[in-house]
Amino acid sequence: MDSPADSEKLRQSQGYTFPILSDASEEVIRRWDLVHPRGGVDGADIARPAEFLIDATGKIRWVNLTDDLVVRARPQQVLQVFDEMNPSGRSGF
Amino acid sequence: MKRSWNASVWWGFVLGLAGILSYPLLFIKFPATRDFPWVSLLMIVLGLVLLGVGIARAFRRPDAYRGKIFGSVLGVVLVAFVGFFAYGIFVAARQLPASPGAPQVGQIAPDFTLPDSKNNLVDLSGLLSSPFSPNGTVSSTTREGRTAAVLLIFYRGYW
Repeated sequence: MDSPADSEKLRQSQGYTFPILSDASEEVIRRWDLVHPRGGVDGADIARPAEFLIDATGKIRWVNLTDDLVVRARPQQVLQVFDEMNPSGRSGF
Repeated sequence: MKRSWNASVWWGFVLGLAGILSYPLLFIKFPATRDFPWVSLLMIVLGLVLLGVGIARAFRRPDAYRGKIFGSVLGVVLVAFVGFFAYGIFVAARQLPASPGAPQVGQIAPDFTLPDSKNNLVDLSGLLSSPFSPNGTVSSTTREGRTAAVLLIFYRGYW
């Protein structure tokens, strides 16, 4: 698993503006049932890829649990769901 | 008669290998060529065909073409590499857990607290009430604007 320091290096080198969090004890991926047992290169448990769009009330509006590592959600898919949630528009984006 | 070094064998091997390597090195960066590795597969198939043509020539016309041995060896090696590649992309990449217990649409996302990349603790409930600032930090004192939504992405790692 990447340490916070590694994530911060990546964040800066790529110019990402979003926070990157670390789940070192796997407590969140266990709670959310996203563990991929022994899925890591060294046989370690890792997260399976997953995306969740959560609205401001905390309700989950969209879930993507890919069944193929190389196929991921495209940005347009997420923006479309977001637009449907927010007919008033994407101010500030 | 001078025996040809059988360019078809060598080019076929190189093209096939390039096809395999092109996927992780290049095509994986673009969804159109990543979701299904069609460009890589095209290169691999062309490479195998060229290599096959070269091997056939070596066996049918050994007086004109070299390559019964080196062609066969390169052929076996390329087929083995193609096998590993195909296994990785079409089998291993699809062996993901079903995750039946994952939160579903309509449910309330379970709250959590985790450290960010600067070791500040961040909770989901905090993100839902205050947008993060462009340097990636969440400040509970930043009340400019409201969070419209949170896109939570779980990465496997191995940046």
